[in-house]
Formats: sequence, structure tokens, C-alpha cells
Amino acid sequence: MSRTILTFAEIRNHELRQVALEAVSAAVKIAGTAPSEIASCLLVPVDTSLDALERYAESLFTHGANRVYVLKHADFTAYHAELYLGAVQQVVSTANPEFIIFGHTSVGRDLAPRLASMLQAGQISDVTAIQHEDGNLLCTRPLYAGKAVEQRAFTGTSAAPSIITIRPNNIPLSAPDSSRSGEVIEVAFAPPSLRTIVRDVVRKTSGTLDLSEAKIIVSGGRGVKSTNGFKPLEELASVLNGAVGASRGACDAGYCDYGLQIGQTGKVVTPEIYIACGISGAIQHLAGMSGSRVIIAVNKDPEAPIFKVADYGIVGDLFEVVPLLTTAFREFLEHEA
Amino acid sequence: MNIWVLLKQTFDTEEKIVLTGGGISEAGVKWIINPYDEYAVEEAIRLVEQHGGKVNLLSVGPERAGEALRTALAMGADEAVLIHDSRIPQDEWAIAKVLSAFLADQGADLILGGNFSVDNGAGQVAIRIAEQLGLPHIGSITKLDISAAGEAIVHRDAEGDTEIIDAHLPALFTAQQGLNEPRYPTLPGIMKAKKKPFRLLSLDDIPGISLQELEARTTRVSLSLPPSRQAGVILQGDLAAQAADLIRRLRQDAKVI
Ligand SMILES: Cc1cc2nc3c(=O)[nH]c(=O)nc-3n(C[C@H](O)[C@H](O)[C@H](O)COP(=O)(O)OP(=O)(O)OC[C@H]3O[C@@H](n4cnc5c(N)ncnc54)[C@H](O)[C@@H]3O)c2cc1C
Ligand SMILES: Cc1cc2nc3c(=O)[nH]c(=O)nc-3n(C[C@H](O)[C@H](O)[C@H](O)COP(=O)(O)OP(=O)(O)OC[C@H]3O[C@@H](n4cnc5c(N)ncnc54)[C@H](O)[C@@H]3O)c2cc1C
Repeated sequence: MSRTILTFAEIRNHELRQVALEAVSAAVKIAGTAPSEIASCLLVPVDTSLDALERYAESLFTHGANRVYVLKHADFTAYHAELYLGAVQQVVSTANPEFIIFGHTSVGRDLAPRLASMLQAGQISDVTAIQHEDGNLLCTRPLYAGKAVEQRAFTGTSAAPSIITIRPNNIPLSAPDSSRSGEVIEVAFAPPSLRTIVRDVVRKTSGTLDLSEAKIIVSGGRGVKSTNGFKPLEELASVLNGAVGASRGACDAGYCDYGLQIGQTGKVVTPEIYIACGISGAIQHLAGMSGSRVIIAVNKDPEAPIFKVADYGIVGDLFEVVPLLTTAFREFLEHEA
Repeated sequence: MNIWVLLKQTFDTEEKIVLTGGGISEAGVKWIINPYDEYAVEEAIRLVEQHGGKVNLLSVGPERAGEALRTALAMGADEAVLIHDSRIPQDEWAIAKVLSAFLADQGADLILGGNFSVDNGAGQVAIRIAEQLGLPHIGSITKLDISAAGEAIVHRDAEGDTEIIDAHLPALFTAQQGLNEPRYPTLPGIMKAKKKPFRLLSLDDIPGISLQELEARTTRVSLSLPPSRQAGVILQGDLAAQAADLIRRLRQDAKVI
């Protein structure tokens, strides 16, 4: 009998998140050459169209899943810890997986440890790379928000599944193969009795793009000086199809929401391009963005520590520089198109 | 209200990481209360100021973790328990198992922990404890109101969005930045803390726990420092020319656009 690797297919604003495909790709990597079923667990609102369901399943199959378990509930529109746990637990008892993979997202971070304890399982969190070595599966993960790196492995004699949460934007996608298909299985969901009620969700973020998944981040610090000062950064981000982030300096000053904070006590991000505007480069901030592929710094102080980690530095007033960048990128992208 | 706060001692976030002999050097390191746990301590103190009751602190760790507990006592917590035992593996399953075995008969109305630790950062321990104790949990909270009857209205941060959730105590919540502004210990607070009850326990003091159960599920295989980044170039010329130069370099050198 082949073993099963289960992934949690997270949906955000009616779209499958990129990390859902990365989770399937991680499963492919874990499977290696051993015969394995790769199954995904999809929780959708009852009114989800057949079209949308097919689209989700298709993407998961294309990246390596052979099976998609679908559970429906009216309240799967927003995350609810108990409801989601009940659903995933039901899939786990059906699929009996050896590994379970979640995104290290708001949902995965909340759900995975609870499931892990329920199953008496070990969990390795926030994994950025997976490799096989001498028959061991090694999971790479950052410590101190990236100031150090460890490799961890599952050990012991427990028969419980092994649980992994993967950091978005780090596990390479497996080569898509559109000839692949699989089986969609609807599981009748028996919701558990609930002790908490989600009475409201206040959406402060727009679109489907989360900071941790953005390929390009334009980030503002105290140098941005006001909420309004973020406007030019938002324009640049929108031209680049990126997301806006911030330093704690900007969050503490009330220019933006803490949800945007990048650093040791905020989000750790690893985009292709990170543009730091009016950010000095404190060690806690650097911990959260030093893993970016290319760092660009805009700061009027040539001595700012951010320049020590930046690939490209522009010394100048961000209110002058950022609009110039917006124009230049817009022209470049129009020219390319 | 009988509140228990889960608290871990961590490196100050200013610290650079140095490796020695396969581990992380602790020489000369300044230690702090994990910043998220500090929010939890502050929230617990405020709740007791409002409703009456007791703030209890609980930590598993080495003896130096006692300093973090003393600091939290100086902030205004009432009692502290440190479980120190080298037989406890460094694995979230095991740590959570020890903490929940101890908490099982403490009659907590509310357990508060941090969103994650700023060192190891797994974000597992507190939520695992909720499951082991059969309590509902809400993770990453930014606002907490509790009525005298124990009805809680909780704001939870979900990647920038806010979820507003109703729960009933007993429950476990984890603190996110923005929940409050922790107070500093005052001098009289520090003096008083020295006389507050502080218990140092080992596994032998916790009934109903077997070493067998604590078997680590995961273990560290290697430890390293990330490749260090080098300073790149400072662009020159007038700002418009620098913008154009940047795009050229991103395309030709870095190949990211
Ligand atoms: C426990 C703890 C945890 C922390 N965690 C984090 C964290 O997760 N993330 C984080 O970011 N910080 C964190 N910090 C805070 C960190 O130490 C710094 O205070 C913070 O990062 C500074 O933010 P900043 O760079 O925006 O502000 P500042 O340091 O004030 O820098 C502002 C910069 O803007 C430049 N500037 C001003 N005006 C302009 C202009 N018009 N054009 C161009 N440049 C301009 C200035 O030259 C300066 O370099 C933490 C601190 C502690 C104690
Ligand atoms: C003898 C001994 C030595 C130890 N030495 C170290 C050490 O040098 N460095 C180190 O980082 N850890 C040490 N620990 C603690 C333990 O290894 C970690 O707490 C464990 O790995 C938790 O994972 P985490 O830090 O990722 O916490 P997370 O899962 O990220 O923590 C989430 C929340 O859970 C709660 N929590 C987590 N850990 C504890 C705890 N230990 N006590 C109370 N509440 C907790 C806090 O509220 C925290 O905010 C030691 C433990 C023992 C028994």
C-alpha cells in the first residue's frame, strides 16, 4: 500500500493561494521516488460553483496532487479554528496520511499545532526548504527570524503523522503538467459543536496578495512621516504588482497597521525585490527582510545601516525618488508589454 | 479570575547570533521576556486590576529563565513557577506536554501566551496546550474584553484583517503586537517581586507525566548562519538618471525584472 501525503489547500478571496501549490510541491519533494498518494484538503463555502471547484482541483493536480478531498460548509467563507480543525481531522481520519503540510500562514499557524497535539504528532514550523539526505528528511527553517538557520528532522517511535508548515514563497513549485489529473472526493462534513463564534471579519487588506507571498515589496519607515506619506509607496507597489510593507517605526508612529510590519516581531519576507523607503535598517528589521533576493534602499542619510545590506542604494528624499521610480518602472513595463 | 501566563525567556532582539561548538553562544547575551509573552503578562495584570484574581506565571526552561519570571513579577504578576529539568526534550510536543500536565489541575479561567517566540519561533506551544487541555483557543489577539460573567470578545489579527470572535472562559489566547503597551517594572515593584511566591519544580513534582510520553518528535540536525549580505552599489547621478540606472541593473545584472 502506498503512503499518503496530505496538503491543506488554502483559499483566499475565492482563489487558491500560491502556498497551496507550494504545499503540493513540497509533498512531491517529500514523496521522492517512493510510491505516494498526494491528497489535498479543500474547504469551500457551500455556494462554490462547480467551475471554481474544477479550477482549484485542476491547479492542484497539475502541480502533483492525485486526489482532492472537498468539504463544504456555509461558514467556510472565513477562518474558524474549531470548524476548520473538525474538517481537517475528518480528512485525516479518512486519508490516514504520513505527512501533513500546511502553509505557515495565519490559518496554517493556527490550525497545524492544534491538529498536531490532537494527533500527538511532531511539527516542524516555518520550513523554507526540504531535502532528503541519507534516508532522512531534513527541513530547513530560520531561527531568530533568520539570524540563524537550522535543519530539523522527525525522530522517535511515534506512529503519528509528521506535520510541516511551509513558509510562503520559498518552496519551488514542481513543474506543472497539465496532462495530469486526479480524483475529487466530496466528504460529507459533520461539523463539531462550536465554543467560539466569529461574529465579524474586518477586511483591512485588499486583494489576494499577502505580504509573505508578494514577489515585490515596497516598504516604508518612519521617514514616510504620515499615513498620507504611504501613498507614493502604494502607487509604486501597484505598478509593480507588489505589496506594501512597513518598519515597526512606521507602525508605532501610527502611519500604518501592525499587519504590515516586517521584522523579528513582524512578518519575515523573502520577495524577489524589496524596496526599503525611509527605513534606517535596525537589526530587528533586517532580520525580517535580509532573505530577499534583491534589496533596494532609498534613504536620505548616506550613513543609514540599511545601505550595508542593500544591493542598490539611492541616497535622496523618498518623496522625490519614489515617484521617479514609479514613472520609470511604468514606462519600462509598458515598453515591455 | 485565575490567570496563567505562559512565558519564555529569549535573547534580546538586538543580539547578533554567534555560533560556538555547534550551538548558539549565550556569552554576554542580554535576556528578555519573549516580547509577545510580555504583552500577555501586561494583559493579565490589567484583567486582574479590573476583575480581581491572580496572575500566575509559568515557564519551562533553564534556571536563568527565573530572571524573566522575576521581571514579570516586578511588573505586577503574583506568583511564578519555573519547571526546570534536563530530561525535557527541546521539542514543542514535549514542552507543551509538560506545561499542560502542570496546568491540568490549576483551575485556570484564562491562559495567555505569546503568538510565537522571537528565537525558535515555531508558534506551537501555546496552541498545543489549548488542545491538550480541551480548551478553545484564539491565536494572535490584538484586543480583549472580558465581562464579569466570563464572556470574551476578542479581536484576532489575520494577516492584516481583523476577526472579531466571541468566546466563553475558560479559554487560551495568544498575544499579538498591538494588544497593549507593557508597563516597566517600578523600583517598589522590583522590591516586592523578591518576596512573591516563586516555585522551582522538576518533572518529579508533576503527577501523571511519563518520560516515555515526552519522547521528542523532532530534533535539530544542523545549525548554521545565513550567508551574510554584502553592501552593493550606491547609485550616482541625478535622481531620474539613478531611477533609469536601477531598472537597467535590475534587468541586466540581477535579472529580476
Ligand atoms: C523588542 C523589539 C522588537 C522589534 N521588532 C521590530 C520589527 O519586527 N521590525 C522593525 O522594523 N523594527 C522592530 N523594532 C524596532 C527597531 O529597533 C527600530 O526602532 C525600527 O525598525 C526603526 O524604524 P524606522 O527605520 O522606520 O525608523 P528610524 O530608525 O527612525 O529611521 C527612519 C529613516 O528614514 C530616513 N528618512 C527620514 N526622512 C526621509 C526622507 N524624506 N527620505 C528618505 N529617507 C528619510 C532617515 O534617514 C532614517 O534612516 C523592534 C524593537 C524592539 C525593541
Ligand atoms: C532544560 C531546558 C533548557 C532549555 N533551554 C532553552 C534555550 O536555551 N533556548 C530556548 O529557546 N528554549 C529553551 N528551552 C525551552 C524550549 O526548548 C522551547 O520553549 C521550545 O522549543 C518551545 O518552542 P518555541 O520557542 O518555538 O515556542 P513557540 O511555540 O513559538 O512559543 C509560543 C508561545 O508558547 C509559550 N511557550 C513556548 N515555550 C515555552 C516555555 N518553555 N515555557 C512557557 N511557555 C512557553 C509562550 O507563550 C510562547 O510565546 C529549554 C527547555 C528546557 C527544559
